[in-house]
Amino acid sequence: MTFALQFTIDVLSLGGAYALMALGLVIVYGILKLVNFAYGELIMVTGYTLFLMGGSGLPWLVMAAVAVAMAVVTGVLTDYIAFRPVRAKSITAVLITSFAFSTLLQNAALLFISPRPRNVPLPALFSQTVEIAGVITPVRNLVTIAAAVVLLAVFAWAMRRTVLGIAMRAAATNFTMARMLGIPANLIISSAFAISGLLAGVVGILWIGRIGSVVPGIGSEPLLVAFIATVIGGMRSLEGAVLGGFLLALIDTSLNYLLSQELLKFRDAFTFGLVILILLWRPEGLLKGPATGQRT
Amino acid sequence: MTRHLLTAAILGGFVILLVACAEMLGIRVFDRIATNLCISLILVLGLQVFMGNSGILSFAHIGFMGVGAYTSAVLTIPLQMKGMALPELYLVFKGVQLSPYLAIPIAGLVAAAVAAALSYPLMRLSDAAAVITSFALLVVLHTVMTNWSNVTNGPRTLFGVPRATDLTLAAGVAIAALLGALAFKESRTGRLLRASRDDEVAAGALGLHIPHLRWRAFVLAALFAGIGGALWGHFITSFSPNAFYLRETFVILGMLVIGGANTVTGAVVGTFIVTGAFEGLRSLEGSLNSAKIFSEQVIGLTEVVLALAMIAVLILRPGGLFPSREIGAIIVRALSKRERST
Repeated sequence: MTFALQFTIDVLSLGGAYALMALGLVIVYGILKLVNFAYGELIMVTGYTLFLMGGSGLPWLVMAAVAVAMAVVTGVLTDYIAFRPVRAKSITAVLITSFAFSTLLQNAALLFISPRPRNVPLPALFSQTVEIAGVITPVRNLVTIAAAVVLLAVFAWAMRRTVLGIAMRAAATNFTMARMLGIPANLIISSAFAISGLLAGVVGILWIGRIGSVVPGIGSEPLLVAFIATVIGGMRSLEGAVLGGFLLALIDTSLNYLLSQELLKFRDAFTFGLVILILLWRPEGLLKGPATGQRT
Repeated sequence: MTRHLLTAAILGGFVILLVACAEMLGIRVFDRIATNLCISLILVLGLQVFMGNSGILSFAHIGFMGVGAYTSAVLTIPLQMKGMALPELYLVFKGVQLSPYLAIPIAGLVAAAVAAALSYPLMRLSDAAAVITSFALLVVLHTVMTNWSNVTNGPRTLFGVPRATDLTLAAGVAIAALLGALAFKESRTGRLLRASRDDEVAAGALGLHIPHLRWRAFVLAALFAGIGGALWGHFITSFSPNAFYLRETFVILGMLVIGGANTVTGAVVGTFIVTGAFEGLRSLEGSLNSAKIFSEQVIGLTEVVLALAMIAVLILRPGGLFPSREIGAIIVRALSKRERST
């Protein structure tokens, strides 16, 4: 029983973070068919903003809010600077642009800040543990679960009930048609990048809360997780991204318990091997989403 | 036919000219840069074989370079060095010591075999899903290279690889790779594959087995990458798994994209331009560091500039410098146009 609870908390907290990451990636992909490699760098921006404000003496929540806001601003700016000019070109061109932009941001951090890890300020809450029904668990895991539940609920509500959310879903299904019906394309795309930045910022805070410091390459692992989760879940479906995130967390956590110490080093290889198997079975991912795959 | 021969002659001429220059100058640094350029050229051409013909971006390429480099290293490290360089090596390989010139082609074949076994299911995917899974494949290969300490010495540097690559060998293989890439492009498989690149639905409707065609190109690309990696290993003589990851991927991809992924000419021109720019920037970075103008070391300037150049090329000329026609075809066209007008 204790083990079951421990396992559930592990899966839910990891899965919550993974689901948010995947959602941030897929919201942009759905509309632009752009796989945003620079997404991981939004997490890096969040981390460095926290680090730079470390000595300011502001309350931590204010610092965290500013850091998330910076991620949103960077997300929207990447769209303006890098993606808008190449948007009409081929998918490969857009992909390579995002890869180049990701490298650009990472190396800019190397060049202007430092290749060494920098400590970020974190509230005491992140290092405490609590005991629930005999299971000792870090509070940050519970914070992650709570943040994921709240954000996913708000997101689901916004996509179904607000005008902007409905417009974004329409744009993801058929962009040309949506534009003909009077939905401003640039506004929709900028909103998608802003939401993507918001999710990346929140995930960034939670992710850095686990590690405690920030390095230029910090975004690569979350990025990879988001990639795999979206591919498992189905690239075109928002629900699929969330499902993929939790499924990937389930696989990862199970492997953590199942594999011996010797094999645990290869965990990533096992996870991705499994992903390839899932894709063999369903090349479209688990959930199909809207039917149009054409970029418009 | 003339235009293909002309293309091969001009591009091969570039490489020969490079070798001749390096031999005449006789400066060690230039020799090293030229060898590096030839090895990069093999890798870029390999990527062009897959990416140019199938239109699918592949990140896994550099992973196969790593497979090649490690295979050749395991086979060629001298017996008396093996105990030290690879303490946990399997018994079967403990007594093996081949000539590097034999090990390099074997390394290429091993990389191709690994690619053939792993990639067939992935070739069913197109667009974004294909790119992401190839990225995952790179991560898998990197994880295995970093942790399989029996064969790779883990994340630590593997040393004691005999030096066997010189400029002539690298240039010779580069020219062979050039001819191979051109021949593949004009072969039946290459033509059909490009048909599928331009219109997947129409090509499928005409009865092409697209995953199979892509798979052939992918295996050939991995062969190039494996041989390139082995040559690089015998040139640099000590390396760690981090040499075969995102940074190298970025550089090789940058060369191909700036030159133009759809043409062999683009691959060659891109390699020359980017290598030139890279060496220039690296020496600038080095002199900035030794002059101590800034309090901390300058790292990453080269990559920042290359990234900006890539984005600029993609915005201004999304197909690269040579987007659709090989150099030979361009010249033949220009000549026949002039004939017609006179």
